[in-house]
Amino acid sequence: MRRIRLRPVLGALRTLGYAAGLPALALLAWALATDRSASLYFPPPATIADAFVETWFGPAFTEDVLPSLGRFAAGVLLSMVIGIVAGTAIGTTRWLRDLLEPMLEFFRAVPPVVLVPVLMLMLGVGDTMRIAVIVSGCVWPVLLNTVEGVRGVDTVLTETSRSYRVRGGLSLRYVVLPAASPQIMAGIRLCLSIGLILMVISEMFASSSGLGYRIVYFQRSFMIAQMWSGIVLLGLVGVAVAGLYGIAERRVLHWYHGMREVARG
Amino acid sequence: MADISTHEKPAEAAGTTLLSVRDLGKTYGAGPGEVEAIRSISFDVRAGELVCVVGPSGCGKTTLLKCLSGLLHPTSGSVALAGQAVVAPPKKMAVVFQEYGRSLYPWLSVRDNVGLPLKARRLPRGERDDAVRAALEEVGLGHALSTYPWQLSGGMQQRVAIARAIAYQPEVLVMDEPFAAVDAQTRADLEDLVRRVWQDLGVTVIFVTHDIDESVYLGERVLVLSSSPTVVQEDLAVDLPSERDQISTRALPRFTELRTHVHEQIQRAKRGDRTALPAT
Ligand SMILES: Nc1ncnc2c1ncn2[C@@H]1O[C@H](COP(=O)(O)OP(=O)(O)OP(=O)(O)O)[C@@H](O)[C@H]1O
Ligand SMILES: [Mg+2]
Repeated sequence: MRRIRLRPVLGALRTLGYAAGLPALALLAWALATDRSASLYFPPPATIADAFVETWFGPAFTEDVLPSLGRFAAGVLLSMVIGIVAGTAIGTTRWLRDLLEPMLEFFRAVPPVVLVPVLMLMLGVGDTMRIAVIVSGCVWPVLLNTVEGVRGVDTVLTETSRSYRVRGGLSLRYVVLPAASPQIMAGIRLCLSIGLILMVISEMFASSSGLGYRIVYFQRSFMIAQMWSGIVLLGLVGVAVAGLYGIAERRVLHWYHGMREVARG
Repeated sequence: MADISTHEKPAEAAGTTLLSVRDLGKTYGAGPGEVEAIRSISFDVRAGELVCVVGPSGCGKTTLLKCLSGLLHPTSGSVALAGQAVVAPPKKMAVVFQEYGRSLYPWLSVRDNVGLPLKARRLPRGERDDAVRAALEEVGLGHALSTYPWQLSGGMQQRVAIARAIAYQPEVLVMDEPFAAVDAQTRADLEDLVRRVWQDLGVTVIFVTHDIDESVYLGERVLVLSSSPTVVQEDLAVDLPSERDQISTRALPRFTELRTHVHEQIQRAKRGDRTALPAT
C-alpha cells in the first residue's frame, strides 16, 4: 500500500522542485548579492518581504489593491463581452466585415497608451476613464480573433449544420462559438496580459489610488523596498491571473486538447 | 428502437416520384477558371427506392448530392422533392457526408452530435434522448453515448454520422461515399445496416459510391455517371433478390453479370464513350 502511494508523491515533489527551483535560486542569488552591500536601490529580499507584509496587509489592500483588481476585472470582462459579441457579428455578416475590417486594423495599430490623454479629456479622471483605457487596448485581440475564428469554421461542419437545419441561436451556441473557441481563448489570453499592463499605466496618470499609483508614489518618495514589494505583488497577480486562465481554458477547450493529443498519437 | 419502428412509413406514397432531377448542370466559377462539374443530369427517384450512384473519381458525385440536398445552387436545370423545387436544405432529408470525420462536432459528445438536429427540430428532451439512444443502438454504438467523436475509430465515427441521419427520421437519406475509408469487415456490416435501415424505415436512399460491387450489392437500381463533363451513362435496375447476404448474394451468377456490366460501363465512361451497352 505504502509503496504504491510513494510514486505520485515523489512525482509531485519533482514537479514542485522544477517549478520552484529557479525562483529559489534567483532569490538566493539576490540575497547573496545584496547582503551587506547596502545598495539603496536593491534592498535584500528579507527587507522587501518585511515591506511587503507591512505595506499590503494593511489598509492599502482595500484602498489600492482591491480597486485596481476591480477595474482590471471590469475592463477585461467588458473587453471579452464586446469583443466576442462584435466579433461574432462581424465574422458572420459579410457586409459588416467589408465595411469595418480596414478600420479595425487601424484601431488595433494605435497603441492604447496614447489614448489615455484623449480618454482623460473625454471621460475625466475617474474609474470610467481607467476602465476605458483597459478596454481600448484589450478589446482588439478578442475581437479580431473572434472574427477570424468565426470565419474559419470548417465548411463540412457548416454544411452539416445547414443540411440538418441547425440555425440561429442554436448554431451560434453549439456550432459557431465552440468552433471559434480555440481562437477566442488565445485572444482572451492576450487580453489578460495587456489588461494588467494597462491597469498599471492608467493609474499612473492623475490618480490617487491603485497599485500603479502606489508604486510610482513609493518610487518618488524613495521608499525603495516598498516599491519593490509592489512589483512583487504585481508579479503575483499576473501569476494568479494566468493560473485562473489556465483553469478556464482546460474546461472550455478540453475537447480541443483531447483531439490534438489523439492526432499526435 | 420504439421510435424507429413507429416511424411513419410513406407507404402510400411508394411508387410515386419523390425526387425529380431535370437537366441539372453545375459549373464552378466563371470565366477562364471555370470548371464544368456536371453537364446535364436527369433522373427520377420513386419513394422508397434505394438508388446507388457510381461514377469515376472527380465526375461530380458530391456536386450532384449537394445540389439534391439544397446545399448548392445548380447552374442550370432543377431539382424537385415531392413536387417542390429544392432551393434550400429540405426538412425531410438527411445527408451523410464523405468527410465524416469533419462532419461531427468535436466539442460535442456522441449523444449531443446525434441529438443536435433533433433539438433544432424542437423535439422534447425525452423523445430526443430516446431517439438518440435507439439510433446509436441500431448502429451498435449504444455504449458510446458520452464519448467524443475523436476518441472513436474511423468506422465508429462514420456509424455516428449514420446514427445522426437515422435519428433525424428523414424521408430521403443521402449518403456520399460513406464507407470509402473503413476496413472491409466494418464496411460489410455497414452495408447491411444501410439495407436494414432502408427496409425497416421505408426511407428513400440515394447512395453514392465509387465501388462497383458495393453499388450492385446495395442498390435496387444503379445510376452510372460518365466522367466529366458528366451525364447519366446508364440507369440500371438490379434484379437481385431483396434479401441480400454478403456471401451468398455476392456468389450469385447474376451478381457477377451485373457487376461486370457496370464495370464495363465505367470503363467506357472513362474513355468518354457515351453510347450505352446493350442491356444485360
Ligand atoms: N468548390 C469547388 N470549386 C471549384 N471546383 C470544384 C469545387 N468542388 C468540386 N469542384 C470540381 O468539380 C469536379 C467534381 O467534383 P466532385 O467533388 O463533385 O467529384 P466527386 O465525383 O465527388 O469526386 P470524388 O470521387 O473524389 O469524391 C472536380 O473536377 C472538382 O475539382
Ligand atoms: Mg465526392
